[in-house]
Amino acid sequence: MSDHHRPHQMDENPAGIDLPLEPLPGHSSRGRLERVLRRGEFAVTTELNPPDSADPEDVYNRARVFDGWVDAINAVDASGANCHMSSVGICALLTRMGYAPVMQIACRDKNRIAIQGDVLGGAAMGVANILCLTGDGVQAGDQPGAKPVFDLDSMSLLETIRIMRDNGKFLSGRKLTTPPKLFLGAAINPFAPPYDFRPIHLGKKIAAGAQFLQSQYCFDVPMLRSFMDKARDLGFTDQAFILVGVGPLASAKTAKWIRSNVPGIHIPDAVIKRLEGAQDQKKEGKRLCIDIINEVKEIPGISGIHVMAYRQEEYVAEIVDESGVLKGRRPWKREARGDDQMVAERLEHLLHDNVTETQVDLVKSAH
Amino acid sequence: MAPSPGSDVLPSVPPAATDGMTQATMVKKTAPKSDYKPADVSPQRRVQRSFAVRLWSVRHSRFLEWVYLRFSAMFLHLHPLWKAIGYGRVEAPIKFVEKRVKGFMFDCRMCGQCVLSSTGMSCPMNCPKQLRNGPCGGVRANGNCEVEPDMPCVWVKAWEGSRNMAHGDNILAVQKPVDQSLRETSAWLRVTALAASEREKSRLEAGA
Repeated sequence: MSDHHRPHQMDENPAGIDLPLEPLPGHSSRGRLERVLRRGEFAVTTELNPPDSADPEDVYNRARVFDGWVDAINAVDASGANCHMSSVGICALLTRMGYAPVMQIACRDKNRIAIQGDVLGGAAMGVANILCLTGDGVQAGDQPGAKPVFDLDSMSLLETIRIMRDNGKFLSGRKLTTPPKLFLGAAINPFAPPYDFRPIHLGKKIAAGAQFLQSQYCFDVPMLRSFMDKARDLGFTDQAFILVGVGPLASAKTAKWIRSNVPGIHIPDAVIKRLEGAQDQKKEGKRLCIDIINEVKEIPGISGIHVMAYRQEEYVAEIVDESGVLKGRRPWKREARGDDQMVAERLEHLLHDNVTETQVDLVKSAH
Repeated sequence: MAPSPGSDVLPSVPPAATDGMTQATMVKKTAPKSDYKPADVSPQRRVQRSFAVRLWSVRHSRFLEWVYLRFSAMFLHLHPLWKAIGYGRVEAPIKFVEKRVKGFMFDCRMCGQCVLSSTGMSCPMNCPKQLRNGPCGGVRANGNCEVEPDMPCVWVKAWEGSRNMAHGDNILAVQKPVDQSLRETSAWLRVTALAASEREKSRLEAGA
């Protein structure tokens, strides 16, 4: 049952892998992502492609490819306004398996009543990180006739969860008996107008409660650099951890499609030229992603990367490995939990020992 | 296998998308076509071809700020009058005027909790996502909205407008979520009544 035979991983409770981590002073969550970032290590997060299925195995299989390569996995909330398995559901499965999810909440589909309930439910399941998003408009997805809710916006969502965590209250002022312990995140997009407002907008998100920020795909490093210069001058990079969004482009054709169909993703001509000129465009897309990572990791104030490899998830490990951002560090890897053995023994007993465990039998055997 | 009851009356759904096409594209392709094509189909179903007046207001945000300061002072000055007639009784005519004036100048949606003076005189309720704290990440490179490609982003304009204003840095304040129960009520009267009770309180404190 015990696991003396293997060395403990960093950020694992020494008393048992299934036990929650001890709270650390100055930390607002008990999660591993906050620990990694506060230790000053370069963090790597990624995104799980949500299945269109009711099979938990689909989530486990998609998470397994990230084992030992990432510090947290984003569970997206109907991104692009396309319906998939919910972020709450994915988080329930991931926390059950010991992964560190970042639960995304988009304001498009839920009002403040539903959202505050999900925050408590998520935290109770062991979610330590929440990413507050406004969400894409319903017109972007495959059900454009849906009612857009947008009761809160990303900023007021951040503030709402911060009030729940720090003041132990719902928005109404009603008290929570146990407030959620969370590391709060938000999204930034330095690559969309109004460019001079973007760094100030970042400061506003920090003021509303953001502790870490994940950016939109970065394909234009000089643009990111000038954004970061301004954010640094304003002192924002000392107040929150910034993770730059990166990802491989599958081909020049995909890049062009994204550029004209997905608002908010800025792809310079040079990137498309480079892909077009390559023999193996897919390989070049990966190479380009690694080159961008190597450039952005040197920018002061960048604390990590968020690798979004939609439908190329198997490349995440290679990209992280070849870019060397982990500097030999091994992020937490899924191992058998202490209670796995217990559950297995219990199942063994129920399935094979031919017992009938009715309450009557239990009472009889007690005498 | 027996057919499930009611399977023949299931509403028709678009066919599943094939490779190289998104389901969203398939939905758009299979939608029924007609000669009537609405000008702007936004989630709010607002048909509007011109944004000229709204944009004029943003360009003249400094002037409008000056007007608003005088105007709100006058309203506050008239507080005894409103009180004598009864706020409840003046509500209907004031709301009538407010809705038309602000509707013409800012495309006001009568959220009842006006923040125009903090948003560069660009009404944030015209944002399809009704964002009150800044732009989303989907703003197009030309500064237009991702949802309504012909509309200039409300927040790009708000930032421009706020830069002309004396108290433009109000745009940095984090706005509370909209109180939906105040929709279709008069923001003018609410602001006036609140300011009057504030004034009353500070007078009492000064007197005590």
